[in-house]
Amino acid sequence: MADTSRAVRSDSGRIARVLEQDSSELLDAWVAAQSGVLSLRGSISPNELRAQSREFISLLQKAAANNPAGVTGPGWEDVRAFLADLSSSRAIQGFSPGETATFVFSLKEPLFKRLRRAADSDADVLATDIWNATLMLDELGLYTTDVYLKSREELVSRQQQDLLELSTPVVKLWDGILALPMVGTLDSNRTQIAMESLLQRIVETGSDVAILDITGVPTVDTLTAQHLLKTVNAVHLMGAECIISGIRPQIAQTIVHLGVDLEGVVTKASLADAFRTALQRTGRSVVRATAPAAPTNERDRA
Amino acid sequence: MERIPILRMGRFLIVSIQVDMHDRLALTLQADLAARITETGAHGVLLDISSLEVVDSFIGRMISNVAATSRVLDAETVVVGIQPAVAITLVELGLSLPGVRTALNVEKGMAMLRQATVHLDHAADLDSDTLSESPDGSAAM
Repeated sequence: MADTSRAVRSDSGRIARVLEQDSSELLDAWVAAQSGVLSLRGSISPNELRAQSREFISLLQKAAANNPAGVTGPGWEDVRAFLADLSSSRAIQGFSPGETATFVFSLKEPLFKRLRRAADSDADVLATDIWNATLMLDELGLYTTDVYLKSREELVSRQQQDLLELSTPVVKLWDGILALPMVGTLDSNRTQIAMESLLQRIVETGSDVAILDITGVPTVDTLTAQHLLKTVNAVHLMGAECIISGIRPQIAQTIVHLGVDLEGVVTKASLADAFRTALQRTGRSVVRATAPAAPTNERDRA
Repeated sequence: MERIPILRMGRFLIVSIQVDMHDRLALTLQADLAARITETGAHGVLLDISSLEVVDSFIGRMISNVAATSRVLDAETVVVGIQPAVAITLVELGLSLPGVRTALNVEKGMAMLRQATVHLDHAADLDSDTLSESPDGSAAM
């Protein structure tokens, strides 16, 4: 890092001059290069792209002229903040990390062209300039990617949190009968939360039967089955009965193939069957109140 | 020495753990309970652990030992009032208390005990203070 800083320091003034003198011409060339790559997306307008590019060039020029230290050093805060904004907004817009980093990297070609012109066929000067410019732009590009990934991670973790909160509703089906419809993949974290809220509700409502509906669980592996069994055991310990329902044919086959022992666990194919069993266990039954023509009563539908 | 009281109610014994369990106390309870079951000829034991907030593997094993001992002495055991956190801990410890009956609260536990011992109502050697049950034994599971 120290080497980089020194190298940039020695000649960043020349780069800044090039950026200043040819700024409008450079901008045109750069925007053209970018739109070649970004045209696939179309979610960013040419005007917006041009405005962003212009702002970046002017910030870069200022930073390179006045603050000779490396890109990570002081004086580059504005450039970094601009790139952070840009990449997080692009992450949300759905650009890939490559496309986001291209914003910076695509500046190389037009900038190098102008550096060559400014170097006036002095090979030494040109080589130094290009090396410095490469270092600078590479670092900025990597920084952009870092920020992009960070904002993506934030997005993912926020969605995970949302999912966790959404996925554990304990519903009361009848007096003394609770149901927990599980949706999505069951990992330890989610099962734990689901188990806790189910047990808590059993205590609160004094329920005798809890139905664990796994219709919305796409796959069951040994780990998932273990989580389910844990929940069933915990419910038993609380003194309530647990019924697992909503086992789809493929899942039933998987369970058998995996050799998961569901002995002693009441399983039903559908939630309706489980509810019927639960009603029976609590000393109730489902009867038709009227003629079959008009099923108006809720118990009827059940 | 500190002891957990064992109350007699009809043909059942009631043990309510209201203090923090430690190992010595658990061992004493096991011994006391076994002695009381033989002494009173109780047919059911109700173990109320609703005040127990913390369990470890030892206490978990104690609970299942108490149940096993009582069964050997021909007394049904119902553990009532297991708190959610305790239930989760026991499951995570791999102690799912097989063979132990559980109920949500004391009331349901008593009902369970009565139902489990309803066949004894007709026996001649019952104490006079036995809780009255309906003579209709058909409700027995």
